[in-house]
Amino acid sequence: MLAITIPYWGQSLLRVLGGIVAVLLPAGTIVYLFLFKMMSFMQSRLGPMEAGPYGSLQLVAEVGKWLQKEDIMPERADHRIFKMAPLIVLTSTFLLIAVVPFGPDAWFTNFDVGVFYMLAVSSVSVLGILIAGWASANKYSLLGGLRAAGQLIAYELPMVLAVIGVVIQAGTMNLQQIVFAQNAGEMFGWNGLGNPYILTQFVGFCVFMVAVQAELTQAPFDMPIAESELVSGYMTEYSGFRFLIFFIAEFATAGVFALVASVLFLGGWGVPFSWFGWKSIDGVANWMNVVGPIIMFSKMMLLVFLIMWVRFTYPRFREDQLQRFAWKVLIPVSLANIMVTAILKVVF
Amino acid sequence: MSDFLRSYLTVVWFGAAALLLAGLLLAVSAAIRPNKPNYEKLLTYESGVDAVGHGWSQSQIRYYVFALLFVVFDVEAVFIFPWATELERYGAFGLSEMGIFVFVLLLGLVYAWRKGVLRWV
Repeated sequence: MLAITIPYWGQSLLRVLGGIVAVLLPAGTIVYLFLFKMMSFMQSRLGPMEAGPYGSLQLVAEVGKWLQKEDIMPERADHRIFKMAPLIVLTSTFLLIAVVPFGPDAWFTNFDVGVFYMLAVSSVSVLGILIAGWASANKYSLLGGLRAAGQLIAYELPMVLAVIGVVIQAGTMNLQQIVFAQNAGEMFGWNGLGNPYILTQFVGFCVFMVAVQAELTQAPFDMPIAESELVSGYMTEYSGFRFLIFFIAEFATAGVFALVASVLFLGGWGVPFSWFGWKSIDGVANWMNVVGPIIMFSKMMLLVFLIMWVRFTYPRFREDQLQRFAWKVLIPVSLANIMVTAILKVVF
Repeated sequence: MSDFLRSYLTVVWFGAAALLLAGLLLAVSAAIRPNKPNYEKLLTYESGVDAVGHGWSQSQIRYYVFALLFVVFDVEAVFIFPWATELERYGAFGLSEMGIFVFVLLLGLVYAWRKGVLRWV
């Protein structure tokens, strides 16, 4: 535990600042490293090279450019709601990061129903996307918004059901306790590696990552913004900085979902507790508050790399394939996963 | 205030921070961006072709059945979570109870499947 006590307003300020860093830093890194550079290398080109060494200042240039862009709002659009939509999407990202623990004391909120909260808040962005599609008064936008709603609804379920396997194993919905259960756990009596749930819940992990891919509307699940048919889906009419808010929120959410996945399946901020002889979450050494966020960041980069790799590799699903895959494959598989996990838990 | 409520207050701060950050950047943008609207710019964008009709025209919503199914399964998940946390205590009894529950729900999915509503028509 921390030795110093910080007054409540100081804690809140630190948490909010930490939250802003935890949203913007991954978003920037993901966009530069994966969207600009990795995609370019995969397509045999160099990507941005002009701004800074290897284009590393490209993001600064981009934000500067978008800040100066004219903000065009179509005359027919519902202006008030049109302006509201990107804010809702960004807010949902911030609400989602609030539940991710980064260290024994480095957490924003420590809910007993953390998993519940995470799943509830992650679906708020659907509202923003749907009203963005509707308020634009554009046929492309409306189609994109409706497709997004249908897709996010369909893939919300496998995600929820995949997480239940983890909750059964850990016996708690508190994310800190889930981290603890993984790092203090043992496999067949051996506790050298803890028990990261990716090993025991591999099916759940796969279902979860596929659902995350769809929730983020990344290819191959990018029907809502299919640029070859719908221009840019629900974002068609957005220009200037409002568009950039959508864009930031998209990649920040990718980072946050990767963080959540690493908490649920990869052991979160922890190292196997047996290495240092920690017995409980209160016994964890203080330096984990510094090392924890770094571990989380590395795991996030690994998972986002997976997401982006799939994105740049596979062609787009057709809409009917997309719905069929969710309802006829993922949901039965994740229900079976729940029952098998439960049976094994009771038997052993 | 209890720690429990304080956690939720933190959530409020996070929401406020998001709005504040976006508002701040939009304000900066509003201060330095040009604003020269004209008729052509404010038209609805339909790939350069003049828009026919209104964007809020009638369209066929194809997946309302999916939305209904979603509600059913989501509520199911709400019931499963508390059971999942206490499975150790319930043991075989709780397991068979939930087995029956999931089985009944699967029947529902199979029914919808057989009825052909899981198809994108």
